[in-house]
Amino acid sequence: MAAELSEARAALAGVSNEPGAPKPDPIVKGSNITRTFGGLKAVDVEHIEIQRGVITALIGPNGAGKTTLFNLLTGFDEPNEGDWSFNGKSLAKVPAYKVARRGMVRTFQLTKVLSKLTVIENMRLGATGQRGERFFSAAFKSLWSSQEDANTTRADELLARFKLDAKREDFAGSLSGGQRKLLEMARALMVDPELIMLDEPMAGVNPALKQSLLGHVKSLRDEGRTVLFVEHDMDMVRDISDWVIVMAQGQIVAEGTPKSVMADQRVIDAYLGAHHDTDITEIDVADLEAEAEAELVAEAEENKS
Amino acid sequence: MDFGTVIDAALSAALGPQAIVFALAAIGLNVHFGYTGLLNFGQSGFMSIAAFGLAVTVVTWDLPFWLGIIVGMLGAVLLALVLGVPTLRLRADYLAIVTIATSEILRLIFGAVEFKDTFGGSNGLTGFARTYQDMNPYGGGVDLGIVSFSRNDLWSITVGWTLVALSCLLVFALMRSPWGRVLKSIREDEDAVRSLGKNVFAYKMQALVLGGVFGGLAGIFHILKQGSAVPTDFNTTFTFYAYAALLVGGAARVFGPVVGSMIFWFLIAGIGSFFSQATSGADPLLPDWLMTNTQASLIRFILLGLGLMLLMIFRPQGIFGDRREIAIDGR
Repeated sequence: MAAELSEARAALAGVSNEPGAPKPDPIVKGSNITRTFGGLKAVDVEHIEIQRGVITALIGPNGAGKTTLFNLLTGFDEPNEGDWSFNGKSLAKVPAYKVARRGMVRTFQLTKVLSKLTVIENMRLGATGQRGERFFSAAFKSLWSSQEDANTTRADELLARFKLDAKREDFAGSLSGGQRKLLEMARALMVDPELIMLDEPMAGVNPALKQSLLGHVKSLRDEGRTVLFVEHDMDMVRDISDWVIVMAQGQIVAEGTPKSVMADQRVIDAYLGAHHDTDITEIDVADLEAEAEAELVAEAEENKS
Repeated sequence: MDFGTVIDAALSAALGPQAIVFALAAIGLNVHFGYTGLLNFGQSGFMSIAAFGLAVTVVTWDLPFWLGIIVGMLGAVLLALVLGVPTLRLRADYLAIVTIATSEILRLIFGAVEFKDTFGGSNGLTGFARTYQDMNPYGGGVDLGIVSFSRNDLWSITVGWTLVALSCLLVFALMRSPWGRVLKSIREDEDAVRSLGKNVFAYKMQALVLGGVFGGLAGIFHILKQGSAVPTDFNTTFTFYAYAALLVGGAARVFGPVVGSMIFWFLIAGIGSFFSQATSGADPLLPDWLMTNTQASLIRFILLGLGLMLLMIFRPQGIFGDRREIAIDGR
């Protein structure tokens, strides 16, 4: 796994920083995806490719179309036009549930745990291909109980990994915001997805839990899954992503490694700098770091010459 | 005031055929609303289409009784499919509007003068229940002291409670299964279920059909126990009383609709009998200026409304419900 990971990362080194740059081993490939709400073009993506086996971050100001793009890719919304594929198979007009079955599973910005089901029932729901979910075999327990036991074992393992095992029998509605994020991620893993798409996994999570969430996202990649996430938390983006795609006004404006993207003038203009409504210190830090990096580059250039 | 009569009226209603009809209809609503979150406000439509499916087959077309049962149940299934295809992809309210409208349309068609030759007009149809009555093994009625049933009622009670028991067993078996888990999850958040690879539309359709079949059973039992199919029996009030019974017992609980119907009819009949006695006779308990005999038959519905309000305030989960589930909604 580790070898594959470093290969996948290394392969990205040769990718250009232009928006929509082709990747050596794309798991998702899309082109000319547009979605308009009234007169507003919420998404207008000319070309997008997501590299397999790495963590890709999707960033951009509020209203840039990140979540809309998520919805389109996973079949929760229909584009005006456009085509995109997952593992080489077209996903245009494929309903959301079939997208999930093919191995592309998402979570939601506002967590969707099933409040009146217990944590373990939430987890069991995630398992695919359940015999007991078919109407005519559901009434006969002997037809599905062994499969249910196997699913429960897997669910318990995941709960232990996400430190939710103590909450096993509680209603999911009684969990805190951060625990809900964990549960949603664990439940998505029950589907055993190849690509997991996290919509703002850090929103509303306290700093202590943030650290463990970061670890969980990294471990998803380390076990061979591809991760695509939307996030405003620049620390997280810097910390764990291998590749960053920046959107603004529905379009992809820049791509690259976290470092290069955060130094990119277009990104500073479109997002980091133009982001008046975020915490001042956050912008300052980003600016300072960009400045410092620019200085370092300049120094290096001087030393060379 | 004879309290024996009050208890007799209340108990015979709670155990009798009328409570069974409501229990069956409410079991269907429990599948729709309690487990899946589908707002079906037209359960009486599923009842009427099955009832008239049987009546028309036997009386108008002169075909065998059992074929009539099959036609009636297929009618309920077909109605569920027809209602489900356009509405189940939309928000929940659309199903509510469409079902209530459809149940009214059906009732008006079955009672229309233009179709008198087929459906019997406002008088409805009779003479389809002979096979059912001939199967009655009882020699006479039964008197249990405080409550007594006629020979016909005894047979209906036997058949009816057996149907209720089998329906409960089926609901129990289905709702403890992964299939039932998907339904309950759809009730909570269908997008979450979709994101986990489940075909939400197909599950909602299965739930709509299953609940409609229980509604159809209720309709068929209703016309069999009284021997006549009358369109006005299937008005919207019926659906709402069935909902009341479901909420009293507790939604999303296997026995909720059954116990709810029994309590509902115990109270309706008991209170009715109490006030009817309290306002009649030479020296009524309640003086004439306070309440007349005509008003007495209506006061029970006022009290019913009041009781439902109190229930929603003090025990919103119903009798069988889980308090913790309601607490989650309050967060």
